[in-house]
Amino acid sequence: MNLSDLMIMRHELLLTLLAVSILIMDLGAGPKHRYLVLPVSLILFFVNLIIGFLPVREGTLFGGMYHTSGLIILMKNILNIGFFIVMLQSFTWLKKEENKLKMSEFYVLLLATLIGMNFMISSGDFLMFYLGLELATIPMAALAAYVHHQTRSAEAGIKLILISALSSGILLFGLSMIYGTTGSIFFNEVKAAYSSEPLQVLGFIFFFAGMGFKISLVPFHLWTADVYEGAPVGVTSYLSVISKGAAVFIFILVLYTVFTSIDFLWKDLTYIIAVLTMTIGNLFALRQKNLKRLLAFSSIAQAGFILLGIIAGSKLGMASVIYFILVYIFSNLGAFGVVAAIHDHTGKESMDDYNGLYHTNPRLSLLMMLSLFSLAGIPPVAGFFGKFFLFTSAASGGYYWLVFIAVLNATISLYYYLLVVKAMFINKNDHPIEPFSSDITTRLGLLICTAGIVALGFYNTVYELINKLSIGIN
Amino acid sequence: MHFLNLFVVVPALTIVAILFTRDLKGARWASAVGMSIQLVLAGALVFMYLSARNAGVADEMLFTADSTWFPSLNIRYAIGVDGISVAMIALTAVVIFAGVFASWEMEFLSREFFISLILLCSGVFGFFISLDLFTMFLFYELAVIPMYLLIGIWGSGPKEYSAMKLTLMLMGGSALLTVGILGLYFHSAAAGGQHTFHILEIAKTDIPVTAQRFFFPFTFIGFGILGALFPLHTWSPDGHSSAPTAVSMLHAGVLMKLGGYGCFRVAMFLMPEAANEMAWIFIILTTISVVYGAFGAIWQKDLKYINAYSSVSHCGLVLFALLMMNQTAMNGAIIQMISHGLMTALFFALIGMIYSRTHTRIIDQMGGLMKVIPFLSAVYVIAGLASLGLPGLSGFVAEATIFVGAFQHADTFHRVVTIVATTSIVITAVYILRVIGILLLGPIKNEHFEHLGDAHWYERISTIILVLGIAGIGLAPLWLSDMINFSLAPIIGKLSGLVNDVPLVLN
Repeated sequence: MNLSDLMIMRHELLLTLLAVSILIMDLGAGPKHRYLVLPVSLILFFVNLIIGFLPVREGTLFGGMYHTSGLIILMKNILNIGFFIVMLQSFTWLKKEENKLKMSEFYVLLLATLIGMNFMISSGDFLMFYLGLELATIPMAALAAYVHHQTRSAEAGIKLILISALSSGILLFGLSMIYGTTGSIFFNEVKAAYSSEPLQVLGFIFFFAGMGFKISLVPFHLWTADVYEGAPVGVTSYLSVISKGAAVFIFILVLYTVFTSIDFLWKDLTYIIAVLTMTIGNLFALRQKNLKRLLAFSSIAQAGFILLGIIAGSKLGMASVIYFILVYIFSNLGAFGVVAAIHDHTGKESMDDYNGLYHTNPRLSLLMMLSLFSLAGIPPVAGFFGKFFLFTSAASGGYYWLVFIAVLNATISLYYYLLVVKAMFINKNDHPIEPFSSDITTRLGLLICTAGIVALGFYNTVYELINKLSIGIN
Repeated sequence: MHFLNLFVVVPALTIVAILFTRDLKGARWASAVGMSIQLVLAGALVFMYLSARNAGVADEMLFTADSTWFPSLNIRYAIGVDGISVAMIALTAVVIFAGVFASWEMEFLSREFFISLILLCSGVFGFFISLDLFTMFLFYELAVIPMYLLIGIWGSGPKEYSAMKLTLMLMGGSALLTVGILGLYFHSAAAGGQHTFHILEIAKTDIPVTAQRFFFPFTFIGFGILGALFPLHTWSPDGHSSAPTAVSMLHAGVLMKLGGYGCFRVAMFLMPEAANEMAWIFIILTTISVVYGAFGAIWQKDLKYINAYSSVSHCGLVLFALLMMNQTAMNGAIIQMISHGLMTALFFALIGMIYSRTHTRIIDQMGGLMKVIPFLSAVYVIAGLASLGLPGLSGFVAEATIFVGAFQHADTFHRVVTIVATTSIVITAVYILRVIGILLLGPIKNEHFEHLGDAHWYERISTIILVLGIAGIGLAPLWLSDMINFSLAPIIGKLSGLVNDVPLVLN
């Protein structure tokens, strides 16, 4: 192994470099120049984002612990895009007086989780997978508790760390059973040795449950709403989009490449969990008045839809999952971006506060409506294509009733998305939120989301590229 | 650019033009110009279609174009028209044209109103030119969703409730449709080829009967909800009565026809065996629609509710006739779609105009309007007569054809349902004449009504074009039915040979 082999870890290396240099900048800059740290790190990350798209060699490292391929690079780039939008959207909030002393920590911690996710996706054995997962989770707890003077935020942090510890424990227990029965932790060796022996099945179910916590599938979802509500908006949007996306990426990779011999088992499990997740997520979302909570429950329901792509077990299934997550990043970050912008300026986040918003802030309302329609799967925005492809892949496996349940759930979800639209466009309000104009960074973030929501569906190249790189079982 | 694409591009450009206007005046003129162009295009399309047919072109679909959109899933943007879709496009162009003039005084958020209205109609146009189930479905949903805002923001009465009910029920319908479409897609490669969403290609493959039995109800009910299939019609009275004038016109006049069109173009055409097996269930349901809708209209006191229930009855008749599956009845069904589209749009336009003068829609509070607003009243009488099927107007042509076609079935089941459905003609006469009597004749009940002004020029444009359509079809129906007949042939061809398999239970 020489230095040029190491370069296939380019994504991780660059991110580490970036995190370290932000720390050093923060230490080195005097009080007068500290305000420069944020914009500089934004620009540096943007450069990193661009470099990510340059071609890179495929290969494996460390005896198979780490491997990379076109598909994995694509997933990392998708996460990078989402990460950049989150950086832009949290910029205004970080500049506030209360965050003055710890603003660069926010980016550093966030970057640490992204590095963890990248390692996790690239993992070739369960050890690397587990290390990446932990690195992606533990800093999240610190981030959720970032607003330390608020009890809600501290509570969110504690809840997240406890739940993560529990789910990691379960996951690790499952992994130890897998190791015990197969004698290996490497993916390809585990795959070869796996059968439906009881202990192996149990090990797999524990693994599934552990991942269920991370993706917040029902019945492992109970932490989601409280953590999402308590954490700062930027962290919530990151948790609901990037963290979830990365967990889904590795989940589908492991299912499609490691546990292929027991696919009947995980297909049945996924079927049940998908129905539960969609239905329960939706039913809870129906009654929410706080927008962050509403989006939290809606993101649980969205995870249920994602399972429809996983269940297909085919190339089409993986392509539709990756495409959906890309679309979901833009749609959900668009919605959270509006919530964040309004929260930054007024501190309000309840649905009633949004009454009459269209008359004072038409652009934000329109973007919010587009994002919500995209989440609900209404044409012509990208969400429609994302959902339709997920349904197509589930139907290709013959799961027509599952598709039917899913589309009914999409209709139910339309109800609560329309409630927000109704608040903004139809309801009257004597004291609507005053007109305000946001910072350039917030606007840029929202603009990227809008472009993604509008263009991704019609611009077929993206889907075709994803489809070309995707793999099915075998 | 391909000619048919213009039907989607012109509305899109109109929307862009409205974005650049500042107020009501600009927005309405932009829409009027855009929709006039659309009307001219529709006229040209009818003309081009007829001359191509006269020149002997025998293709099933004309003016086709086909480009790949998502190659890996074989999703294509395929367009083309036959006589039936040409007729529907012409109908849509007339109704949206009249609708723009009927909303000439829309003061509140006028730009947004016209944008949503035209977005809605571009969805409808796109639906009728599509030959690919995916794009068809996309346009279908595009036509439904602006309704929520249109009713919710500009509606009246319990508008939020009605808007939500309408949207969710129609989206529930598209939930069923999704399953049906995907089922068709994955069974379209029976011959070993690639899966396809293209209607004509699916029509060439024989979809296994077991699959048809499973997917036909999904597809038929999915479209049927939009066509006000009993008992899933309940969104229609509430939605129509809460919607602003132009939206009621467009919705009852055109959008409900999407349901009927989809029922035969997708459900029945592509799954003929299942259609034959299950027709009797839906025939019973539509017979109930026809009679129940007419009875419903009798009890109502609100003009819009009367017309909404009458729409349930008339649209029920469309589905009823389609399910009879013979040339005459299906021809009648298409003419009924056009006729009802024009008629109901005219009704809703008039109701809107009367309401803007009297500020009430309750018939008991009005009377003697013929004396003060003779033009609007006279047009109302014409619409009423068309609705109850007076010869010389479009309603007669449609209903006569439908019942003649339905009576061609000699078995007891079809005879009985036909006779039951025919009673709706009498009931329709009751509610139409009752309204005309109370509303237009007799003494003026309210002294404020003595000084009402008659129709403005834009209102006259809006109504006259619809009256021309109604009278045109009524007096010269043959060109329309010829156009339809030619295109019905392949559909009948698939369905025939299978007809008359009424289950033994019912014979």
